[in-house]
Amino acid sequence: MLSPSLSPQAEGLDLRAFLEQRGVGRRDFLTFCTQVSIALGLGEAAAPRVAKALEAAKRPPVLWLQLQECTGCVESVTRTSEPTIGDLVLDVISLDYSHTLMAAAGTAAENAFQKSMKDNKGKYLLIVTGSVPLKDNGIYTTVGGRTAHELLTEAAKDAAAVVALGACAHWGNIQASRPNPTGAVGVSAIVTDKPVVNIAGCPPIGDVVTATVVHFLTFGRLPELDGDGRPVFAYGKRIHDQCSRRAHFDAGQYVEKFDDDGARRGWCLYKVGCKGPATYSPCPIFQWNGHTSWPIGAGHPCLGCTERGFWDAMTPFYGRLPADVVGGFGVERYADTIGAAVAAGAVAGIATHALATGVYQIRKRKQEAPVADQPQQKGDGDGQD
Amino acid sequence: MARTKVVVDPITRIEGHLRIEAQAEGGRIASAWASSTQFRGIETIMEGRDPRDAWAFTQRICGVCTVVHAVASCRAVEDALDIKIPANANLIRNLIHGMQFVQDHVMHFYHLHALDWVDVVSALSGDPAEAARIAASLSPWPNNSATYFGAVKDRLKKFVGTGQLGIFTNGYWGHPAYKLPPAVNLMAVAHYLEALDWQRDVIRVHTIFGGKNPHPNFLVGGMASTINLEGTATINAERITEIRGMIMRAKKFVEQVYWPDLAAIAGFYKEWAAIGGGTGNFLTAGEFPENDVRDLGSLYFPRGIIVGKDLAHVLPYDHRKVQEYINHSWYEYAGGREKGLHPFEGETTPKYDGPPTPWQYLQDGEKYTWMKAPRYDGKPMEVGPLARMLVAYASGHAEAKAQVGELLGKLGVGPAALFSTLGRTGARGVETVLLARRLEHWFDQLVARIKGGDTQTFNKTKWEPSSWPSTAEGYGYLDAPRGALGHWVKIKHGVIEKYQCVVPSTWNCSPRGGPEGQPGPYEAALMDNHPLVDPARPIEILRTIHSFDPCMACGVHVLDATGREITRVRVQ
Repeated sequence: MLSPSLSPQAEGLDLRAFLEQRGVGRRDFLTFCTQVSIALGLGEAAAPRVAKALEAAKRPPVLWLQLQECTGCVESVTRTSEPTIGDLVLDVISLDYSHTLMAAAGTAAENAFQKSMKDNKGKYLLIVTGSVPLKDNGIYTTVGGRTAHELLTEAAKDAAAVVALGACAHWGNIQASRPNPTGAVGVSAIVTDKPVVNIAGCPPIGDVVTATVVHFLTFGRLPELDGDGRPVFAYGKRIHDQCSRRAHFDAGQYVEKFDDDGARRGWCLYKVGCKGPATYSPCPIFQWNGHTSWPIGAGHPCLGCTERGFWDAMTPFYGRLPADVVGGFGVERYADTIGAAVAAGAVAGIATHALATGVYQIRKRKQEAPVADQPQQKGDGDGQD
Repeated sequence: MARTKVVVDPITRIEGHLRIEAQAEGGRIASAWASSTQFRGIETIMEGRDPRDAWAFTQRICGVCTVVHAVASCRAVEDALDIKIPANANLIRNLIHGMQFVQDHVMHFYHLHALDWVDVVSALSGDPAEAARIAASLSPWPNNSATYFGAVKDRLKKFVGTGQLGIFTNGYWGHPAYKLPPAVNLMAVAHYLEALDWQRDVIRVHTIFGGKNPHPNFLVGGMASTINLEGTATINAERITEIRGMIMRAKKFVEQVYWPDLAAIAGFYKEWAAIGGGTGNFLTAGEFPENDVRDLGSLYFPRGIIVGKDLAHVLPYDHRKVQEYINHSWYEYAGGREKGLHPFEGETTPKYDGPPTPWQYLQDGEKYTWMKAPRYDGKPMEVGPLARMLVAYASGHAEAKAQVGELLGKLGVGPAALFSTLGRTGARGVETVLLARRLEHWFDQLVARIKGGDTQTFNKTKWEPSSWPSTAEGYGYLDAPRGALGHWVKIKHGVIEKYQCVVPSTWNCSPRGGPEGQPGPYEAALMDNHPLVDPARPIEILRTIHSFDPCMACGVHVLDATGREITRVRVQ
C-alpha cells in the first residue's frame, strides 16, 4: 500500500545507496561531490567530507508521545507488513522518543526528547497515542512528573505535523465514554494551531499508520482528510459498502444466532449486531495483520471502533442498529422485508447520505440518556430478542 | 554515608507509566518506591451496560496482553449465568491465550528487556564469524550464519553512521554492568530484529480466530469464529493449515532462538541470581483449563501459593484472604485508611494529595501512587511467570521440573537461584517453552474433534437476556502472562450492576501497605541485595523492574460521574 517514493529516506536508503540503485556508481558520486565542493568554494580536498555528509542524509525525526492509553496502538504498529517496524525504525525514520521501544529511561530518555525537539524545531513529526485527562489539573496521567497536557502542549508547539494515533488520541476513547471520570479528551481538543491527522480505530490497523507516515515523508504533506481529520485513503468508505458479506445482506441471508447455519455459510452479521452500516473504516480492504482476516471475516460483528463515541453510540454491541440509522429507508426494514428485491447501489447511496444524521441522533439520545435507561435501550436495539 | 535520592521516570520499555524512586548508598539501593502515574476509570463506565459487551470494555484495559481481560471477563459472565462453553471454544481460547503468552514473552525478552543486558554499541565490533560459531554451538537455527550476522552488522553500522541513533539514543552503552562479548551482543541484536518479524507472523492465530490483533474479538458463550470445512469464510482446512504453520514457527523460534539465547546470556550474568529476589511470596490462580474452566484439576499450570520461599509446601489459594490497603495510595476509605478491605467490600475514592506537578520527589510524602496494595493473608505476593513456575515445580509438574532443571543445570546453580531477577527472567523462558509445545497439543485436540464431527463453537442456550435470572454474580479467574488476574461481575435485570478486577501489576507494583507495612514486590526486589553503581545511569534498576514485565495500564480505579464513591467496582 506504499506509494512509489521519490526520496531516499522513504526507501530506507542513504543517498549513496539510493543513487547506486539508480545506476549512479561510486566514481560518479565522488565526481559529483568534488564538483559540489568546488562550487561551494571548499576546494577539491573537501570532497570526502561532502560525500560523507550527503551519505548521511538525515532520516526524518519522529517523536512518539504515549499519554493516557493501553499501548495497543504501539503493538498494532509493530504488526505492520510494509515497511516492517524494524525497517521503519532503522531505515525510514529516526524514532527519537518512544517509551515502548527506546533504550534510555528516566532523565536520559527525557533528555533525548528535549534534544530532538530543539535540534529539529519545526521539522519533526509528532505521533501521539493516548488521551489527555484534564480533570483535577490533569493529575491522572504524568510522565517524568509532568502532566500529559503539559507534555503534549510542549511537544506539539514545534512539530511540523501531529498524528493522533488511535481512538484515545482521536477523541478520548473508552476513558472518555460516559461518565468520563478523568475528563479525557483527544489531541485535537488541545492542539488547535496546526493540522492533526486522526488515525481512527481501537486500535487502528498498523499499516494505516505507516502508510500515513510514509505519505507525509514521501510527498511532504499530509494525506487528504475527511471532516473528522481521518485520511480519506483509509476511512473514505463504509464497511457495509465494501463488505465481503454484503451480497448476503442484499440477498436477505443473515446470521440469526452465532454458530447457526447462516454463520457456517458466512452470511451477513447485521442481525447479530454488526455496526458495519454505520462505520467508516479500512478494515474490509486493508484487513488485519498482513491481510490475514478482519473482524467480520472471522465471524464477529463490527464494533464500530473507528467512529467517535462508539462505546456509547454503538452499544449494546450485539443489538441491531436502529432503523433510524438510515432514515425512512431503514436498513432494518430492508433486511427484514425487502431482501434482494431492491438494487444495492441505490440503497447504499441513500444510506451513506442518511447515515451521519442517523448516527448523530443515536449518539445524542444516548448521551442524554441516564445510565438507568440503558436496559430499555438495549431492548430497542435487540431486534432479534 | 549519605544517601542519594534517585528518580527514574519514565521507566521505559514497559506498558504504561511507571516511576521508580530510590535512595542509593555506597553503590547499593537502600530504599525504593514504585509509583503508578496513570488512572483511567474504565470500570465505572461499564455500569449499566450489557454484560455480553463487558469483554470488549475490559479488553481495553491493556493492549499488550490484549486477550487476558477479554477472556477473564467472558469467564466471569459465563460463571454468573452458568454457561458452559463448548470444548472447541475452550481449545480455541487456549490457543489464542497460549500464543499470547508465547508472543508476548518473546517480545518482552528481546524488545523490552534485552537492552538491559545487550550492548548495541558493542555489537558493532562483534565478529560475524565468531557470532556464527557461538550461535551454531547453541542451536541449529538456520539463520545463524556469518553472512546473516554480517548483514545485520553492516545495517547497524550504517544506522549508527548516520549519527541518528533513534531508539538507541542515550542508552547506557559502555556501562561496566554490560558483560557480553561483542560477538554475543551482535547475535542478540540480530535476534532482536528477527523476533520483530517473527512475532507479527505467529500472532495471526488471533486474527484468524478473532479477526484482528491487537484486541481480537471474543464472545460470551464460546467463540464467534465458526468451524465449517466446506465454508469459505470459516475455520476450514486452509485456515487450519495456516494455524498449524504459525504454531510450528512459534515453537521452532522459541526452542532454537529464544531459549538458547536466554540460557547463553544468563550465563554471563550469574551474579543476578542472587539479586532482586524480593518478597519470597508467590501466588498463581492457575491457567489453561483442558476441560471446563470450573475443573481446576484440568489446569495445565496449577493453582497455588508459596510463602517465604518454602518450595516444600504449596498452599491452596483462597480468594477470601485477599485484602487491599491504601495507606500509601492516593485514595481514602470511609472506615479509615489503615484497614484492609476484601474486593467485595472494596471502596475506591481517589484523593490526590501529592505535591503539585512538576514533581521532584514523591518519596518524601506518605502517599505516592495510584496503585492500591493487595495483600494475601496480610502479605505482599509476587505474581507472574516465576510464581507459576515455582508452584508448578513445587507441585511436581513434569515438564516444568524438566525445563527448570535444564536451566539450573546450564547455569550450574540450585533452585534457590530462582528467587532473583535472573530467576524471574528465566522462569518466563521456561513457561514459554512449555506453552510453545502445548499449543501443538491443543491444536491436535481441536483437529481431532473436528474430524470426529464436532464443530460447535458457541453455546446459545443463555444468550438471550430473557433466559437470565434477575440477579447473578460471577468470578472469572485467569493467569495472564504477567500473573494472576480476577474479574468479578454482578448482573441485575440484564445489565452490569458492579464490575471489578484485581490485576497482576497491582500485586507486583503495589506500594507499601498491609498490617506490617511491607513494601510491594517491585520495591522489595530493589531492596534485596541490589546494586546501583551509578545513580545517573540506573541500568540495574531497569534490569530488576523489567524482570517483572510491568503492565501499568491496569492501574485504573473508579469514580462515578459526580466524583462520589462507588463501592465494589474497581479495576486496578
